[in-house]
Amino acid sequence: MKTVVLGGTKGMGRALARALASDGHDVWLLGRSAEELARSVEDLKARAPSVKVGSSPCDLESPDSFGPALDAADAGLGGFDTVVVTAALFGTQDQLEQDAALLQRVLTVDFAHTVLFCEAARTRLLSRGGGTLVVFSSVAGDRGRKPGVLYGAAKAGLSAYCEGLDHRYRAAGLVTVCVKPGFVKTGMTAGLKPPPFAGEPEQVARDVLRAVKRGTPVVYTPAAWAWVMAIVRRLPRFVMRRVGF
Amino acid sequence: MSRNAPPTLSGWGLLDRPGVEHRSEDLAAVTRGAVLTRGLGRSYGDSSLPPPGTLDVAGSSRADRVLAFDPATGVLRAEAGFSLNALNQLFLPRGFFSPVTPGTSFVTLGGAVAADVHGKNHHRDGCFGEHVRSLTLRVADGRRVECSRTVEPELFRATLGGMGLTGHVLEVEFQLARVPSPWIVFESERVPNVDAYVDALKEAAPRWPMTVGWIDCVSRGKNLGRGILIKGRWAEATEAPPRPPPAKGKLAIPFLFPDWVINPLSIRAFNFLYYWKHWQRQRAGIMTPDAFFYPLDALLHWNRIYGRRGFTQYQCVLPDAAGRGAARRFMEKLTALGGASFLCVIKDCGPEGTGMLSFPMPGISIAVDMAVTDKTQSIVDALNAFVISEGGRIYLAKDAFTRPGDFRRMEPRLDAFLSVRRKWDPAGRIRSAQSVRLLGDSP
Repeated sequence: MKTVVLGGTKGMGRALARALASDGHDVWLLGRSAEELARSVEDLKARAPSVKVGSSPCDLESPDSFGPALDAADAGLGGFDTVVVTAALFGTQDQLEQDAALLQRVLTVDFAHTVLFCEAARTRLLSRGGGTLVVFSSVAGDRGRKPGVLYGAAKAGLSAYCEGLDHRYRAAGLVTVCVKPGFVKTGMTAGLKPPPFAGEPEQVARDVLRAVKRGTPVVYTPAAWAWVMAIVRRLPRFVMRRVGF
Repeated sequence: MSRNAPPTLSGWGLLDRPGVEHRSEDLAAVTRGAVLTRGLGRSYGDSSLPPPGTLDVAGSSRADRVLAFDPATGVLRAEAGFSLNALNQLFLPRGFFSPVTPGTSFVTLGGAVAADVHGKNHHRDGCFGEHVRSLTLRVADGRRVECSRTVEPELFRATLGGMGLTGHVLEVEFQLARVPSPWIVFESERVPNVDAYVDALKEAAPRWPMTVGWIDCVSRGKNLGRGILIKGRWAEATEAPPRPPPAKGKLAIPFLFPDWVINPLSIRAFNFLYYWKHWQRQRAGIMTPDAFFYPLDALLHWNRIYGRRGFTQYQCVLPDAAGRGAARRFMEKLTALGGASFLCVIKDCGPEGTGMLSFPMPGISIAVDMAVTDKTQSIVDALNAFVISEGGRIYLAKDAFTRPGDFRRMEPRLDAFLSVRRKWDPAGRIRSAQSVRLLGDSP
């Protein structure tokens, strides 16, 4: 595969980029900081000397950067066939309720801009007969819940977009993989108390790589979250209203 | 455990302290203003814990990128959270291995530098620090400082073995060891007592690049300190399969065992079985580097077998100057005190290295695990008195119980270290629970 990873310098994206490169796939990193990108490119080169690795700047907060970044990746890789979006912003419910500016950024980046980026990737992939689009949503989007009303709403929108996209374009050759991580111990969740079934980014990377190869439309990861969420999705509203999670 | 219990941190010995670790890929950001950085938390005592009254420490283990690798020279530069486990997995198939490794691969480069770790090859290759070419630190005033044997050499020497107290290690550049194959040729033998053991170690040293052994620390009399000595070297390409062995699945201890699991009887039984499992007097063959260097890594969370009370490891080095019987006298003292242990590891050390406060000195190093009980403090005090009288010293990466006066008596090098530290951190910002306990830092 020739893969583009937006958000591949940190967290789950870093682990996934490493897993892709170690598995023999070319990787083009997109991200905000040129220095971070350069360091991550060196890391991937040292880990997988035989694959092609490169990077271009791209910022989910500025949609103008999407087209040029994808074009640079396309030129660098000689045509990509897989695009991964792991970048996102995060805030706890308390932070988002208290900081309207942060809330606007989170809603905009995690939903609107992520969709815009996916659209830019989609048109490019479809123009050459398809490929795979991997979008990191979250279990937070599966139910409206007290501790994640706002972040969860953005992720719910993103999950719905992924499902629609998969229905609409799979026949045309574009497979959409919606990744729903549960709690994963990354820089994004640093400082939060890990619940049971908290996962490591490397576990997520293995699950996602397998899903990409199989074309699985929805991936809960780590796997235990599929069971957790199967229950949570079925809980009646009067129960959800009472419980704290 | 209540939901709102204050968060705690502990070292490998599972002795809890209030604390929160802030792990981030962006080590440069989380170390800004932090009192201490911890890696994978494999130091046993309080080296990686915040001083009393402070909760937050930076965590390096997500900052794990390789920044440069030159396959022609084997020089590697990486972020401080890169672990020896990742290093060996990545580079053993390409013919390189960590130049020095402790008994676990779950240590970060930053931790390996801070403790200036030693391994089975100490008598030949010295500590980890001997192979470090340069370090990037965040010092107390927030600056990034590059140091090496030629640039800021004092800071460099104080940082090797300085327990993270001279600054936050951000990047490490060091020389990997080139290995002819991914296998180890070993020879192991049963040794009837501790004096014979020390002789066997010294005799093996010139012929074997790696030696280590386990001794029975329950038996007394003529069996005192009987054990198994293991000697190893990297196999030549002609002696071993060309491919590294497939990684084995690991077992994990899923929860804290009840405290009664480790008791005098189970310890005695274990020591007896472990000794006689090696029923042949000698064995030889090839084995995997994982089995040779990291037998305990195959059992994740093995520290949980000690239960809620936690445990400590007492590790000291007894100098050659103390004479051939020093190790025997130590074992006599230990068994008389009742400090029984599952794991008692013995190894000869080579010369002192570059690190100002590094643990090893020419002599015999002995490490014993002990469940923490009411008697632990008095056992450690008594062992320290013995070690001081023999001219030896303890290993800070294992310690949780030594008293400051005892430490000062066994560390004539301490003042030189503290003066370098004062120069770079006059306000005493960077500190740990251990430095407050042992070095007189204010909390």
